[in-house]
Amino acid sequence: MAEDGYNFAYLDEQTKRMIRRAILKAVAIPGYQVPFGSREMPLPYGWGTGGIQVTASIIGRDDTLKVIDQGADDTVNAVSIRKFFARTAGVGTTERTEDATILQTRHRIPETPLGPGQILVYQVPIPEPLRWLEPREAETRKMHALEEYGVMHVRLYEDIARFGHIATSYDYPVRVNGRYLMRPSPIPKFDNPKMDRSPALQLFGAGREKRIYAIPPHTGVRSLDFDDHPFEVQKWEDVCALCGSGESFLDEIVTDDRGGRMFVCSDTDYCGRRREAGHTGPATRDPEGSGA
Amino acid sequence: MAVLQCNALQLRYTGMMPEAPPLLSARGVTKYYEGIPGCRNVSFEVWPGEVLGIVGESGSGKTTVLNCISARLEPTSGTVEYATRHDGPADIYRMSEPARRLLMRTDWGFVHQNPREGLRMGVSAGANIGERLMAVGARHYGNIRQAATDWLDKVEMDTGRMDDLPFTFSGGMQQRLQIARNLVTAPRIVFMDEPTGGLDVSVQARLLDLLRGLVSDLGLAAVIVTHDLAVARLLSHRLLVMRRGEVVESGLTDQVLDDPQHPYSQLLVSSVIHP
Repeated sequence: MAEDGYNFAYLDEQTKRMIRRAILKAVAIPGYQVPFGSREMPLPYGWGTGGIQVTASIIGRDDTLKVIDQGADDTVNAVSIRKFFARTAGVGTTERTEDATILQTRHRIPETPLGPGQILVYQVPIPEPLRWLEPREAETRKMHALEEYGVMHVRLYEDIARFGHIATSYDYPVRVNGRYLMRPSPIPKFDNPKMDRSPALQLFGAGREKRIYAIPPHTGVRSLDFDDHPFEVQKWEDVCALCGSGESFLDEIVTDDRGGRMFVCSDTDYCGRRREAGHTGPATRDPEGSGA
Repeated sequence: MAVLQCNALQLRYTGMMPEAPPLLSARGVTKYYEGIPGCRNVSFEVWPGEVLGIVGESGSGKTTVLNCISARLEPTSGTVEYATRHDGPADIYRMSEPARRLLMRTDWGFVHQNPREGLRMGVSAGANIGERLMAVGARHYGNIRQAATDWLDKVEMDTGRMDDLPFTFSGGMQQRLQIARNLVTAPRIVFMDEPTGGLDVSVQARLLDLLRGLVSDLGLAAVIVTHDLAVARLLSHRLLVMRRGEVVESGLTDQVLDDPQHPYSQLLVSSVIHP
């Protein structure tokens, strides 16, 4: 049950209407950044004020919410936001990706493929992909309007010239529906292919920068690249130490001060459920031989 | 010398060649800054392959005229027409903004006096040269890099410095880089605002030599604003002398400099110090 003294899902109804109008416009123009009147939220900028406002405006009483931070359900940011909606909206929460109707995320897309009817809400720190190349807002808007995106390739060129390959590994720029250049928020480029033609609705909220944008279901999302340096995702030589998965995004964890380290899935739900199903990794198979 | 290099132009001046349409024509260009005149009633034409010099003292309106004709500053009155490749002469302030911006980054070049204004200081020399190519759709890294190497070579820079940032270059090298960056899309006209200002004389001489070679090899038209009569003499075929926002004299460079008619032109020419 929701606690007394709050409107359903914290925001007042007028604000939710305003945000829903912005979301509708964003869905109608895939990748276009729609300005909205971002409200003060009871958490600091940079902790997901944009995502939380989007979630608050679309959540209903029969929704089930999952919140992840860097793929994990049990980190401070994820736990706090989940508790926030449990208290102010009284909605059910879950850690299972396929059971959730709304997933709010910071820095990851779940490994379990999303299905139709699910909504993925991203927390976005800086929505403007051209910002570090062109500081003037009026100019970047004009560049979007006129599709002048050549300068984005200058950044990728610079990567190749300096490192021999495209070294940008997160927040990797994409073209949505062949039109707008978009920042996918700081997700690893490993997750970029998951955005392409996803059956789920993807909403992006930037609270401090006061922008909302969206990728409607089944919309094409292309990562920028060069003809002779095609887009590639990260690969690991290791598998997850706990569940043995060779397909998921791995975090490196330092286990001691003598160079010991292990790689584990960043998506805790995916990893835990694989272990429940009987999968084992190097560390769970042979506890004596791992780590030290 | 400069005139001899371009025989076709000479033929036109002597009336032996049929008239081709001018590349750029300014008619009655007037710009007021909050009531203060920047330039008044300036009219001239630039023909394909011709280098036009604009000289005059500080505050005479040279740069205002340059900005007005290069779509960077809309004049208060008057028109600027450019002969586009496909649609013939078009008023640059009446055409659509996408068309104008495309023109500015493909058919035109603009060389600033301070290379910092014309260069992207945060990215390498190669990326600076490649930017215009990428802006018009080049998506092959190897080809972009090859074009950048070729252009570094053409402006007589060490191709080994391709991946260095512009601030590690000397002033003369930055200016060369800026020129290469502008010429990579094979523009038809280049606007230059004091291209050799702020450089010492020996670097200036080499840069002038380079510019003269590029302009004649590529058949570029150019409008060069300068207060340095030596630069004007070396580069330009034709000269406009400006004073208080108005053109007081115009003609072939050698004619104007060797036999100035207007009192101000005479003063300007006689003020040059010969060491």
